[in-house]
Amino acid sequence: MLTAPRKLGLVFFPAFDWAISPTHPEREERLLYTQDQVFEEGVLDIEGIEEFKPDLATMQDLRRVHFCAPDEWSVVTESHLISAGGAKTIAMSVLDRKVDRGLALVRPPGHHAMRVVHGARGFCNINIEAMMVEFLRDAYKIDRVAIVDTDCHHGDGTQDIYWHDPDTLYISLHQDGRTLYPGTGFPHELGGPTAVGSTINIPLLPRTSKEGFLQVIDGIVLPILKEFQPELVVNSAGQDNHYTDPITNMNFCAQGYAQLTERLDADIAVLEGGYSIEGALPYVNLGIILAMAGLDYHTVREPDYDPVKIRQSEDTTQYIDSLVGKVIEYWRECPDILEKNRNTKKFDERERTIFYDTDNILENQRERIRVCRDCSGVLSVDSLTDRGYHIFAVHVPRKACKACQELGREWFETANLRSYDRVFLQDRLEREYLIRKR
Amino acid sequence: MIIGLDVGGTHTDVVLLGEEGVLRQVKVPTNPANLLDTVWTGLQEVKAGIHPKELDRIVLSTTLTTNAIVEGKLVPVGVIVSSGPGIDPEAFRIGDHYHVISGSIDHRGREIQPINVSEIESITSRLKKQGVRYVAVVSKFSVRNPKHELQIQETLGDDFEFVVLGHRISGNLNFPRRIATAYLNAAVYPIHKRFFNAVRQSLSTDGLAIPIHVLKADGGTMNMDASLQYPGQSILSGPAASVMGSLPFVQDAEETLVLDVGGTTTDMAVLIRDAPLLDPVGIEVARYRTLIRSLKTVSIGMGGDSAVSVAGGGLRVGPERMGRAMAYGGSVPTPTDALFVLAKDDRGDVDAARRGLEPIAAALGKSLEETAQLVFDTACHRILQAAHQMIQEINGKPVYTVHELLEGYKVNPKSILVLGGPAPFVASRLRELSDYKVRTVPRWEVANAVGAAIARTTCELTLFADTERGIATAPEEDFYQPVKSDFTMEKAVALAKELLRDKALREGADPDDLEMEIIEQQQFNMVRGFYTTGRNLRVKVQVKPGLIRHSRTITQKLNEDLTAAGTGTTGVAG
Repeated sequence: MLTAPRKLGLVFFPAFDWAISPTHPEREERLLYTQDQVFEEGVLDIEGIEEFKPDLATMQDLRRVHFCAPDEWSVVTESHLISAGGAKTIAMSVLDRKVDRGLALVRPPGHHAMRVVHGARGFCNINIEAMMVEFLRDAYKIDRVAIVDTDCHHGDGTQDIYWHDPDTLYISLHQDGRTLYPGTGFPHELGGPTAVGSTINIPLLPRTSKEGFLQVIDGIVLPILKEFQPELVVNSAGQDNHYTDPITNMNFCAQGYAQLTERLDADIAVLEGGYSIEGALPYVNLGIILAMAGLDYHTVREPDYDPVKIRQSEDTTQYIDSLVGKVIEYWRECPDILEKNRNTKKFDERERTIFYDTDNILENQRERIRVCRDCSGVLSVDSLTDRGYHIFAVHVPRKACKACQELGREWFETANLRSYDRVFLQDRLEREYLIRKR
Repeated sequence: MIIGLDVGGTHTDVVLLGEEGVLRQVKVPTNPANLLDTVWTGLQEVKAGIHPKELDRIVLSTTLTTNAIVEGKLVPVGVIVSSGPGIDPEAFRIGDHYHVISGSIDHRGREIQPINVSEIESITSRLKKQGVRYVAVVSKFSVRNPKHELQIQETLGDDFEFVVLGHRISGNLNFPRRIATAYLNAAVYPIHKRFFNAVRQSLSTDGLAIPIHVLKADGGTMNMDASLQYPGQSILSGPAASVMGSLPFVQDAEETLVLDVGGTTTDMAVLIRDAPLLDPVGIEVARYRTLIRSLKTVSIGMGGDSAVSVAGGGLRVGPERMGRAMAYGGSVPTPTDALFVLAKDDRGDVDAARRGLEPIAAALGKSLEETAQLVFDTACHRILQAAHQMIQEINGKPVYTVHELLEGYKVNPKSILVLGGPAPFVASRLRELSDYKVRTVPRWEVANAVGAAIARTTCELTLFADTERGIATAPEEDFYQPVKSDFTMEKAVALAKELLRDKALREGADPDDLEMEIIEQQQFNMVRGFYTTGRNLRVKVQVKPGLIRHSRTITQKLNEDLTAAGTGTTGVAG
């Protein structure tokens, strides 16, 4: 009988009765063949691999991370709460030391969901990794967390949620935004004024294959992780870099995913995208499971695997060589930029337009942050959609100084209810989540 | 009349059932070295003076195959395995003749790589040279397409006595378990065959050419022909016998916990109304995980004969058994001895029991009576704790749909049925120690043999349909039928039930006694390039484990015995 050198916890929630729409890539069938493969390989019988039943995430879990407009139940279904709950269950199993590593194979995914939620973006309504991380911060006093997002799409939602948080390192590897949804995630996007360097973006050219991914892991991700010294490494494990994925253009493979997983050695991995449900997912998921459990995966490959056919071009290899140098160079400059921001700015603002492609909503946001010397700074978001829904939201960070907390409270109290449909307060310091309604 | 026989670790119980209930009951000591002799003695005693014509059938539950596996007395088996991509099949190596060959089939049953006939030919000649007579053939995803297993069987030719094909064992996915199950079925085949042929011959010399049925681990029976095809299904039928024997006595409660307190172990199971809970995957025996359908049972090393000792200043009861209780001539004190000291039992040597517990009492600094009570209570607490743990485990089972999670059914038994040797004593103490409503099963000493006698023939069948590939297949039955895109779930269920009915009748079921039900039903639209290209249908049906129709009069009679005894709480063995 197989015995895993490292105990692996698994939450498997294929949500066989939930879909965005019958023919949508994110549909009932998505994890069906993965389940077939996992069952047929006898993965759940391996000594040291334990399956857990997902808990339901709570409204409190949701409020730590999101401002849901008009309210939580308008943007989530039970499936979302189970998916987020599954991530939470697996994280608890790791932190309670029931297992050494944890993997949540759940759907629907979440990494395009931003702090403000008016609807679904890129098949995501709520950010299941962020909900998991913020739960861990409250329940287990975890401080420094690194999230490495290996989904083919830029995880703009997770980036948005942690844009101003110096204690959360967010690294995203993805297909270049000029060629794929959501069109963001360039190397100069390095985090907000008080958190410069805690966001790292690594855009890859279409048809990058195993060599390129592993080079980026070794050349950028591992050195930065080593310096950041996180207490917990989370992998947003999207599987749509696969050469058979129908909605992306990369040349990654099951062996590559397994090797990446082994090198990254994340404490927790949570499934994100991946829509090649037959040709890739069963094999990629199996490779990841075996790698996380420390088991041999060298015989895991796709039926049609041909490394020569999917090998990346010489140009791509050269691009990655220079990308590694550029990203590391940017990142080295971050401490100076941070210092300069704190010396020269009192407040900082950015305005953005966010499109909810799945729900067809256009949102205009104005974000304002206090560039504080003592903490990461209180944040407000003024958000108006093309449907006329208008909210004002205040985020007091987890380690807010007294001044920032008081200012946040004041913003919340004094916001004019005649201009807004709702006013939200997310006081992470006091763990208080309040709403004022018209 | 029906004879039910259950071979236990210590005793073999035999009953003769008729319209009037239990007509006779016999207990003979089990001789593990000669089970045939044990069975034969039991049968002779129970049927003495009965005219052969009056007997309808015999149902046997034996530990024969289980013992062979536990003791490692298995014949050499050639195992031929083809896997394709995935976990290295070397990880599942089993037996001394394990061969990995090329060839691969994917999760939808599509051939990815054909098998190589010359590889199999060379394995065939090697096995023959080595004198291997039994072979297990298993390919990954053979339950979605058995083509490779069938080709291998064909190449093997007629040179082997028994060849087990993986896809015939179960429709469930689990390649490592399929390998282990096929191996075990082949490895116990000769011993099982020899035993049952001997029983059949002995009976026919007595003029008893009556049907012989074998109890399975899922609480159902199969006829002898079926049992020769799948001898592995008789593994661990002991706990199933006691569960089936408890079934008629479930009262008003939604869920019942069944405890069979034996000499060596206590076996526990859960009944949901009148249906025993099944293990979702399959039985585990002697570290072999299998696909053998079985009741969900848990066995703990705690019984009447568990060894009592003092370790680290504290009392220790079980898990090992070191012979019989001292009251019955053993050399180590046991919970049974504690019952003698407490004057709850007087059918043995009370003085020996007291002598046994005295050193324990001295070491604990307690009186003999206090010590006996402590021993007995420790045993009862261990049983309750294990039961609690089993229920928690059942409720912690993962689910795969939103509906299942939200409608999550939680098992929460409020009553306990106890059977086995010390049943009445354990029952009355459990009643004091817990909130459960505790009762003993009538005829608690032989209820397991009664259970074997009145168990219905069961079987299971899985049907897959893939309208994109245009096939419907029931792998266990070697059934394959082309289907069109209009093949619906309704048609799939009807087809599955039809096939199940045929299978059940072939395995010895009474055509008027087929309670069929759907246990799994899933349908997925297959979408490729944003168009629905087909449907993937999965149906699993079963003949529900339960009691034969004409058992009603028998069990009614037993229930009347129970009522006649008043509260029904003290066990009323005849």
